[in-house]
Amino acid sequence: MKLRNLIFKEVWQRPTSMLTSLIAVTLGVMALVAIQNITIFSEEKINSDMESLGANVLVMPPDVTLQDYYASDLHGRTMPEEYVTRLALAQLSGVQNLAPKLCVATTVDGHEITLTGILPKNEFQKKSSWQGLDMLTSSVGTDRGCCATLANTDTDNSPESLARTRTIQELGEREVILGSDVASKLGVRRGGKLIVFEEEFDVLAVLPATGTIDDSRMFAHLHSVQALSGAGPVVNVIEIMACCDDAAGDLISDLSAELPEARVITIAQVVETQVAVNGLMSRLSWVFFSILLLVGAASIASVMYANVTERRKEIGTLMALGATRGFVTSLFLGKALLLGVTGGIGGFIAGTILAIILGPNLLGIQVAPVPQLLLIGLLSATAVALAASYLPARRAAGLDPCLVFNDA
Amino acid sequence: MYQLESVSQTYERRGNKIHALDNCSLTIPDNDFVAIVGPSGSGKTTLLSVLGGMLSPTSGDITLDGVALYELSLQERAALRNQKIGFVFQTFNLVPWLTACENVQIPMMLNGSDSREQRERALALLERVGLSDRTDHRPAELSQGQQQRVALARTLANNPQIILADEPTGNLDPETRKHAMNFLTEFHEDGRTIVMVTHDKETASYAQRSIQLVDGVPREVGPLQAA
Ligand SMILES: Nc1ncnc2c1ncn2[C@@H]1O[C@H](COP(=O)(O)OP(=O)(O)OP(=O)(O)O)[C@@H](O)[C@H]1O
Ligand SMILES: [Mg+2]
Repeated sequence: MKLRNLIFKEVWQRPTSMLTSLIAVTLGVMALVAIQNITIFSEEKINSDMESLGANVLVMPPDVTLQDYYASDLHGRTMPEEYVTRLALAQLSGVQNLAPKLCVATTVDGHEITLTGILPKNEFQKKSSWQGLDMLTSSVGTDRGCCATLANTDTDNSPESLARTRTIQELGEREVILGSDVASKLGVRRGGKLIVFEEEFDVLAVLPATGTIDDSRMFAHLHSVQALSGAGPVVNVIEIMACCDDAAGDLISDLSAELPEARVITIAQVVETQVAVNGLMSRLSWVFFSILLLVGAASIASVMYANVTERRKEIGTLMALGATRGFVTSLFLGKALLLGVTGGIGGFIAGTILAIILGPNLLGIQVAPVPQLLLIGLLSATAVALAASYLPARRAAGLDPCLVFNDA
Repeated sequence: MYQLESVSQTYERRGNKIHALDNCSLTIPDNDFVAIVGPSGSGKTTLLSVLGGMLSPTSGDITLDGVALYELSLQERAALRNQKIGFVFQTFNLVPWLTACENVQIPMMLNGSDSREQRERALALLERVGLSDRTDHRPAELSQGQQQRVALARTLANNPQIILADEPTGNLDPETRKHAMNFLTEFHEDGRTIVMVTHDKETASYAQRSIQLVDGVPREVGPLQAA
């Protein structure tokens, strides 16, 4: 038998007395871990979304909220395709590329798949009135900041081009391009055939895996999607690739003036909003954490004092049998350590599970355990439990061993 | 061997002084078996606390085997109790959340013996007091007499040279009282010094001699005969 056996047995005899304290500590760590975990992955997701989204300005129907940004074309609301023409005609400076999209759900071969209608480049070029957009295909100066990378619009018909710039030169009425996941799910390759909306389509290309939602999509000509789904001449979103300088400047107000019926937002706005929300959440999580740990500390201290009083006779007996003050102190601090470690680990596990459940369901992000949070939770829970038990442990160690004779 | 030289212990309560021990001088040689008798409040428990190194008297010197007890540090006195002194209490003072065997292991745990040794010795001691079949029972699952026997086994855990007992039979019926006293007598025959506080003449008659305390003053009364 060792000191730790003594502690375990004592706790085990009446585990309920410690339960409230344990719950408070666990909840504190859990709140911190869950929120921090989600925040961390939400930021990662924003960054990767930023990167994968070639566009930096979105034109969406007016009633779409910022939250819908994550599924910017899946919100189900539409606006007339005519807006694309209007924007093209306006020839706003800084606009590098327009990419209207319409998403419809359909079943192919028994699989639920999102079919995204896109407009190939040649559709713009067909109409002479859109010739102004020819600049899109012309070379872009490298002296224009991020435009050089963002608006690399050297469009060809390779899948890489669609994956990278989200534009493609030509796309036939009965041709589809498959995201890599869809291709493997349906088991078709380039040159294969698929029945979509009861029409036969040729697989023009399979996109390389990008790690974004594009992997799970099927792309077809916008007008085919409109006609086959019966949606009419509408789109869900117009993604605009603009030069950063322009996007930050007058372009947004110009776009809004051009399309007062639609909502024009920059990704920067979305990101800023999201980052601000994350920052607030993160700070709030520390507040929750502190409050719950304070509650936990108060609860631990009172339970520990009660415990010392309740165990007076046993403490006196141990002292009579040769326990030093140090031993008695360790007995109570050891119990606090047990409480802190259990609460820290339990809170980390509960918080991580909560984040893993809430992340995808509430915020649409995948989360994974963050080991650093275990360290933070464990250390702070233990420190709080030890600090709260310090005075009760001192009181226990200061008991007069003579009480063994007098206490009946 | 204990030597007490003019030991006094006074308590001050609301202005009036209580002399729990009054200029008490006493020698307890090795392998003595003394009964401390006297009326309630006469200072018997106080004397036992002083002998146990748990209560530093207001004045006077006390040595154990030539070592001044209260010149040792708290920690040294705890170690000394652990090594040299065994205690028997009126209320047994078993730790309720530990089994009989674990209770006997406590003094050995406190001096850091190996867990296997602890258990082996505890089982042997429980066998000595006739409780081999109750080793894994908790105190609440044992009778009063059995609890006192566990406590007696615990007293021997570190093979102490001295046993201090405060009313060891106070909570026992006459039959189990006899049992407990036979064990204490055995322990005395092992060569240990026993100092036992008791109210009971019958119990005191097991001792070699009796010291009567009256208002903190000791008086030798010789061996008491059972009534
Ligand atoms: N901690 C204390 N504070 C104040 N007075 C005390 C304290 N402990 C004991 N006394 C007093 O000292 C005197 C002796 O007490 P002690 O406990 O030694 O008596 P006792 O002989 O053991 O009595 P009993 O037979 O009833 O157990 C008593 O008058 C008691 O009130
Ligand atoms: Mg007494």
